[in-house]
Amino acid sequence: MSSTSKGFLPAIPALVLLGVFFLYPVIRMLGFSIETGNLDWYAKALGEGLYLQVFWNTFQIAVFVTFFCLLLGYPLGFLIATTTPFWATMGFIFVLLPLWTSVLVRTYAWMVLLGRNGVFNRMLIDAGIVADPLPLLHNLTGVLIGMVHVLLPYMVLPVYGAVKRLDPSIVAAAQGLGASSWRIFWRIYLPLTLNGIFAGSVIVFVLSLGFYITPALLGGGRVMMIAVLIEQQVRETLNWQFAAALSAVLLGFTLAVYALAQRAMRPEAAR
Amino acid sequence: MAPSAELRLESVFRRFGEVRALDGVSLAVESGELLTILGPSGSGKTTLLKVVAGFEKPDGGRVLVDGQDITSLPPAKRDIGMVFQNYALFPHLTVRQNVAFPLEMRNVARPEIDKRVGETLALVELAGYDERLPRQLSGGQQQRVALARAIVFNPRLLLLDEPFGALDRKLRETMQLEVRRLQRRLALTTIFITHDQEEALVLSDRIAVMNKGTIQQIATTTEIYERPASGFVADFVGESNIFYGTAGADGVVTLAGGRTLNVARKVPAGKNVGVLVRPERFSNTAINAFEGEVIEAVYLGSSFKIRLKTADDFAVIVRLPARGKLPAVGGRVSVGIEPDEIHVFDV
Repeated sequence: MSSTSKGFLPAIPALVLLGVFFLYPVIRMLGFSIETGNLDWYAKALGEGLYLQVFWNTFQIAVFVTFFCLLLGYPLGFLIATTTPFWATMGFIFVLLPLWTSVLVRTYAWMVLLGRNGVFNRMLIDAGIVADPLPLLHNLTGVLIGMVHVLLPYMVLPVYGAVKRLDPSIVAAAQGLGASSWRIFWRIYLPLTLNGIFAGSVIVFVLSLGFYITPALLGGGRVMMIAVLIEQQVRETLNWQFAAALSAVLLGFTLAVYALAQRAMRPEAAR
Repeated sequence: MAPSAELRLESVFRRFGEVRALDGVSLAVESGELLTILGPSGSGKTTLLKVVAGFEKPDGGRVLVDGQDITSLPPAKRDIGMVFQNYALFPHLTVRQNVAFPLEMRNVARPEIDKRVGETLALVELAGYDERLPRQLSGGQQQRVALARAIVFNPRLLLLDEPFGALDRKLRETMQLEVRRLQRRLALTTIFITHDQEEALVLSDRIAVMNKGTIQQIATTTEIYERPASGFVADFVGESNIFYGTAGADGVVTLAGGRTLNVARKVPAGKNVGVLVRPERFSNTAINAFEGEVIEAVYLGSSFKIRLKTADDFAVIVRLPARGKLPAVGGRVSVGIEPDEIHVFDV
């Protein structure tokens, strides 16, 4: 008992800071949603089709982003984990450098690249591949491209870790027993790196749910995700109570996803 | 079952930067033979195994199985069973699935797979463990699974990479004998890698002693123990007293400090030679006597192990049958050795 409480001591300054400047304000803010003494704002958030549609959109976008991150991130993480040290370092630089760059900067960069007169469309038109610029910005495509780019490292790193943890002699054993590279991938690598896939997917999905900057800028107000909606409620309609209710629903949903993921992970953790 | 393959290595080289892991290794393993590659760590024995298995490409030389050159064949096409040091079982597959794996890779039909997996698991005495996962098995059981997986597809060769290292002594001895029994029964050409000379003596038909990327000697177990070709082999295998000296006339070797030993082997006079005396070959004869002070005396059940220091500064290890009283430390003991019990090797 005393050793547990002693073990806590070093964490107290951080806990105080978080409690005073984060936890308390968040609770106060969420409290706005029930200021009226009833759950009307929640009824509105969960009852009106318009807002349910935004939740559904957010969920769908998060699923798409997770899917594309997996599609791009698994091979990349796998490659970095299995290539020579030089290329592994290069791979890491390319994965981590964006992670250390501000999301805002990266999102603006995508606006430059994807716009009607952006670098990408110019290239396509100059090459004669398309006659009119492709609609890549201020729509779902733009949001997905931007979000996948921003969130990709969160998929690559867990996959990299899972592949790296795999005992190389297991792969050698499979080779020696007559397995082709393709079968080694399906029978050995994939099942033994599922936990990495799972961890990466949960992180990307959860981060996607609350994503704001990228959908706000690349969606141009036409792709409504829940965080964008909350911001509008606060800034444009000054409806803090409704914003708080929406936030509480988002928080609850995110925690639910996280709890489900934890439960699904548990048998894995028993290994 | 078709007779197992024979393996030949022809002057195989492998360098890692400046290090010559394999410096022109040639050897032949006969069909059905168990050859042990014995050597200290860094001697190149693991590289040798990897070259045979196909995980390492040699810089030069050839690997032949039944006369077929497999030097550039990938591991998956070699039909070689291997038991890894840490067993390398597939952690997510059951015992049955682990053993079925090589058969599935060969697209064997399901009923045939079931039959052979069942037979092989019975052979390694693991019947009834089919549905366990590797982590639910003891070290010895895991090793049996690894062995079953390596032999279930009737490989042309079996490679064992220090498989007993992780087991406790008693289990290790059981498994050694069991592997030997299985290997004989299947008449499977086998290469066994170890740094443990005792294990090598127990298991092998022949032993190849390796050091610094070369094979120092390749011979039967008795040959290696009784008539080692070099000081390295003599020192590495078994307990030994090794002296160096110059051969004189009539089978006399003069050691440092002027001590002479009568030996049975005739060596040209003036030649520098090494002399090996195994501790257990000493007796109470007066020939080639070593008399000195007991530095250390240990009772080992069946024998006494005694360290002597002679007046002319020779340190000698002696093993005597454990009869009577253990000689006291500080006391004096005299032992001798018959000339034909002394092995003389070239230096």
